[in-house]
Amino acid sequence: MRFALAWSSLRRHATRTLLATLGVAVAAAMLLDMVMMSTGMRESFRELLLSRGFQVRLAPKGTLPFDTDATIENTSGILTLLHTNPAIVTISPVLGGTIQIPIGNRVVTSAALGIDPSVQGDYELLSGKNPTAADTFVANDDFLKATGARIGDTLDISSGYDPQLRTFAGTRKLVLTGRVRFLYGASNQLATAMRLSTLQQMGGAQRANDASLFMIKVRNDSQVEPTREWIERKIPTVSAISTATALVQVDQRLSYFRQLAVILGSVSLFVGFLLVTTLVTVSVNERIGEITVMRALGVSRGHIVQQIVLEAIALMLVGSVAGLGLGLATAHYLNAILSSFPGLPMAINFFLFQPKSAWTALGLLAVSGVAAGVYPSLRAASLPIATTLRQEAIA
Amino acid sequence: MTATEEMEHGHDIRRATPSNAVVEARNLARDYKFGDDNVHALRGVTFDVGERDYVAVVGPSGCGKSTLLNMLGVIDKPTSGTVRIRGHDVGSMRDREATSFRLHNIGFVFQRFYLMPTLSAVENIELPMAEAGKKKTQRVERARELLSYVGMSHRERHRPSQMSGGEQQRVAIARALANRPAILLADEPTGELDAKTGAEVIALFERLNTDGTTIIVVTHDEDLAHAARRRIHMRDGVIVDG
Repeated sequence: MRFALAWSSLRRHATRTLLATLGVAVAAAMLLDMVMMSTGMRESFRELLLSRGFQVRLAPKGTLPFDTDATIENTSGILTLLHTNPAIVTISPVLGGTIQIPIGNRVVTSAALGIDPSVQGDYELLSGKNPTAADTFVANDDFLKATGARIGDTLDISSGYDPQLRTFAGTRKLVLTGRVRFLYGASNQLATAMRLSTLQQMGGAQRANDASLFMIKVRNDSQVEPTREWIERKIPTVSAISTATALVQVDQRLSYFRQLAVILGSVSLFVGFLLVTTLVTVSVNERIGEITVMRALGVSRGHIVQQIVLEAIALMLVGSVAGLGLGLATAHYLNAILSSFPGLPMAINFFLFQPKSAWTALGLLAVSGVAAGVYPSLRAASLPIATTLRQEAIA
Repeated sequence: MTATEEMEHGHDIRRATPSNAVVEARNLARDYKFGDDNVHALRGVTFDVGERDYVAVVGPSGCGKSTLLNMLGVIDKPTSGTVRIRGHDVGSMRDREATSFRLHNIGFVFQRFYLMPTLSAVENIELPMAEAGKKKTQRVERARELLSYVGMSHRERHRPSQMSGGEQQRVAIARALANRPAILLADEPTGELDAKTGAEVIALFERLNTDGTTIIVVTHDEDLAHAARRRIHMRDGVIVDG
């Protein structure tokens, strides 16, 4: 009977109930987006870092991978040293650089990675073959679109541009062997990959034995942290960063986003709470006579409170379910905008949907629904019956 | 044992009282504070109402009729004096106990009917029974029986807005009888009705009393007052006759 009464009370002013539900849906959508954002970026980054199973990354001392143009010297010596550690199972050296390709009367500039194709963890091959030979390379769709090149084409590729002398350190003819998708590539970024030795040679004598990054897999039965510490002890010119350490650094850099998410999420929750409290209070005030008569007939205070809280929860829950869909759609749209920020890997999701996020948002809204119903219901149930009936009769 | 406890233990409180009086009011007084003023709405009212009695409380506006009815209906407490209904001192009951007592022992009929606008006639009558924990089938059966008694079977699924004032009042009377109360209290039950529908309600009250219901009505309606077996005249918070 209480469900029937709560439902009929909400139906009595259908338009008002619908508008309030829409308001709650908007607040719920925002809350869900903020909950998704507060955890999503970190989770997404973690998934990205672990996607190829590399647990440790070596960058020039005091930097993060590809944070600066600085490189690690003596690549061959470092590789030899790392291979002496039995806990290390795979080492993937990477050199980052920029290449220029003359196309007609223009020059296309692209990012280039020097990699070891047998152990690389930077791209997925979509079609064609890996650049196993010294005079081959692979490129992403943005590169292919900008240059008009196709698999099998040979391109003149230069590297090590000196802006003062307007010369290149090296130029080679390379054959495009594959179409790839770079895991850490930014939106609209032109990118290629070739053998490490090829890019090193194109960079001239200065970069002949350099790498920007080493990615390392540790044996399954070994612990990551001791290996990372061993590397830092043995190679003082590098910073060894485990996935856990990287996440701590990511957390620090994303703290502003999280604070923003918490503040906006709290505001959304509060707005939803106020909306439902206002609606239920107005509705209760309109029904003071009915509620008092119910009390006179012998309906207990507890049951009056239950009925009104049920109304508030129903509003919150229906609005929340609608808000779930709205929140997911909004997150998808915002993610597309934010992912196109320059310099950010496209694979990073700012809004990562996790069932836990949805449950958290729904739980918070349900709790605020109860809270929103408590005040007006307690007030209505506590009114003195005789006095209220007399006032209602006069009114 | 309290009324609530008796209900919970399945006892019939009607048999729990040796006296024949359903209502025993002794030196009832009720004061209201309005700012610095102390208004004496009731000043030592004493009377009994027996089993199957039909009492009309009459008097000018502001003489304390409704205040007296509120005491008998356990929705207000006396400043001093006692009210016993079926032997239970209802003036000293706490809210929880008073609520349960009203549910099982008091039937209320209001001047403005006060049916729940979103519920049908049958659902309105079910409401007190649902609160008393009766099963749906029992509730519907009893509600239909009462609707038939008050001549409203044809309006079972209608909402209050689809009924006339007289019809609404008959449904309200059926609702008041839902839990088989010890007394039926009515506050100006014909006050919002025209002469014809008022007469129908008066006839219904007479039939109810003939069939064994104890009734106390507060009214300005001469016809209703004359239909009662006994009249209590009040003035300035005291009983002057009856």
